[in-house]
Amino acid sequence: MSADIEENVLELQGVVVTFGGLMALSDLNFKVRRGTIKAIIGPNGAGKTTLFNVITGSFPPTEGTVRFNGRPIQHLKAHNIAALGISRTFQTVELFGNMTVIENVMLGCHTRFRTSFMASGLALPQSRRKEKQIRESALKILKFIGLADKFKDSADSLPLGEQKLLEIGRALASEPELICLDEPAAGLNETETYVASSLIKAINAKGTTVLLVEHDMKVVMNISDEILVLNYGQKIAEGLPEDVRNNHRVIDAYLGGVA
Amino acid sequence: MLRIAKLPIAIFALFIIVFPWIARQIPAIGNYTDIMVFVGIYCLITIGLSLLMGYAGQISIGHAAFFGIGAYISGVLTAKYGMNAWACMVIGMTVAAVVAALVGAPSLKLKGHYLAMATLAFGIIVFIIFNEEIEWTGGPDGMSGIPGLSIFGFEFDSVERYYYLVWGFVLAAFVFTVNVIQSGTGRALRAIHASEPAASAMGVNVSRFKILVFVYSAVLASLAGSFYAHYLNFINPSTFDLFFSIKLLIMIALGGMHSIWGAIMGTGLITFLSYEWLRYFEEFEIIVYGVILLFVTVLLPDGLAGVPKIVKGWFRRKVSDER
Repeated sequence: MSADIEENVLELQGVVVTFGGLMALSDLNFKVRRGTIKAIIGPNGAGKTTLFNVITGSFPPTEGTVRFNGRPIQHLKAHNIAALGISRTFQTVELFGNMTVIENVMLGCHTRFRTSFMASGLALPQSRRKEKQIRESALKILKFIGLADKFKDSADSLPLGEQKLLEIGRALASEPELICLDEPAAGLNETETYVASSLIKAINAKGTTVLLVEHDMKVVMNISDEILVLNYGQKIAEGLPEDVRNNHRVIDAYLGGVA
Repeated sequence: MLRIAKLPIAIFALFIIVFPWIARQIPAIGNYTDIMVFVGIYCLITIGLSLLMGYAGQISIGHAAFFGIGAYISGVLTAKYGMNAWACMVIGMTVAAVVAALVGAPSLKLKGHYLAMATLAFGIIVFIIFNEEIEWTGGPDGMSGIPGLSIFGFEFDSVERYYYLVWGFVLAAFVFTVNVIQSGTGRALRAIHASEPAASAMGVNVSRFKILVFVYSAVLASLAGSFYAHYLNFINPSTFDLFFSIKLLIMIALGGMHSIWGAIMGTGLITFLSYEWLRYFEEFEIIVYGVILLFVTVLLPDGLAGVPKIVKGWFRRKVSDER
């Protein structure tokens, strides 16, 4: 068991999500190995984003358990799960448009530096010091994602490609063990896609486990260590990229099942 | 980085310090220091309310009730039980904080404007209590005999002394709030305003922050109520009715919801309108407020605080036209 925890960051057992009568996820079991990049693919409506929402605590699963480092987290709220070390991005960009680029990343540091309402209101030295640390740490991340020269710009003003990068940067700011990226390449052109996938590889190289939902097969096949395929809320395949690519159930699901 | 410049705060503080002296020199505005005491009292409420509305994006239609809680706790405990006025102030603020947490917690855990509904109902209930608990509050006739404030034998018995006392607290509350806005707490609040799902995914406990700000604004309103009671030495329920809660919202909307300066400007303008400049309108005063609100929403979405930006843009366009 403990060897299992060592090896797996995330483990889902019998996860079921129903919306009214609709079965969005049915009896899903899978593991994410520490330090890997795992991609989740599947046709539209397969339940990929639902799965992300369950893992990150947007809503609890109807049944089943989600374990993070061996600890059940399915009953926890999103902000508690974030504090444990799971961070995420959103399919449709959810930046704080009313803030600057650096402020977005600084907010990402929220779980690492706690300041009380009183301490910040009185501008106590400790809260100022923390604010400075947050700023430095945010700048470091901006350099890493290549947006350091735009730190003062409003997040709204960035082109989509950079907004997607910034969202990843904000998610990194909490120094997560597991980062969940929901379609990081959606809507990006080829150059932007290349930048995004190199960034994901770089994040992984630093030891962060990556869980990825993505439609762009080139990205998925290039960077993933393992792939999980969902269709109608069920796992239809799981394994190495080359195995999944040749799996006939996967081909059926994508091509419309003319078997 | 959201920075609120220090220089305007210093200039404003200086203005507040010299204002009574100016008012003394010009007979026509001799009574303005008295009105400025009320501006200060109301500013205490709107500073907190502006943080709640403009930064956390929540609406309260019940702040008159917290104002009333402070006023009545101070009034009843000092006039009827002879308790220390400063201790009563702290008791009032504590009660307001507890009540705000009880009212706010269930409604702020839900998404949407449930706080507006809950505070509307709460405001009406508290207003009824002020009217009906005649034994304590004196009912609709109000209660008198509330003592003035003093500290270590120094009596705040003149308008000017009280003015400096109140404005000292206003400046402290203002600086405290500005610090909060510029800190991680302020950042979390603005994040909540922009996207709750993203804020909570980044570890921000959304409902905790909303409750915290709501409680803070209620505490400031209660403090304002205590100052009000000790200044007038008399209170009656009609001061704390629904219309006053709405008037507070008008002050903030007029000043500019997204700026803490807006709260000060809006409060100043509306208070002078109702205490001095609109006296002749009597009950038609409310129509003027309606017109102001309409005017602001259509022409000045950022309120008075947004005017410099509009003027700057207008000026720039004019310069580039001439070229």
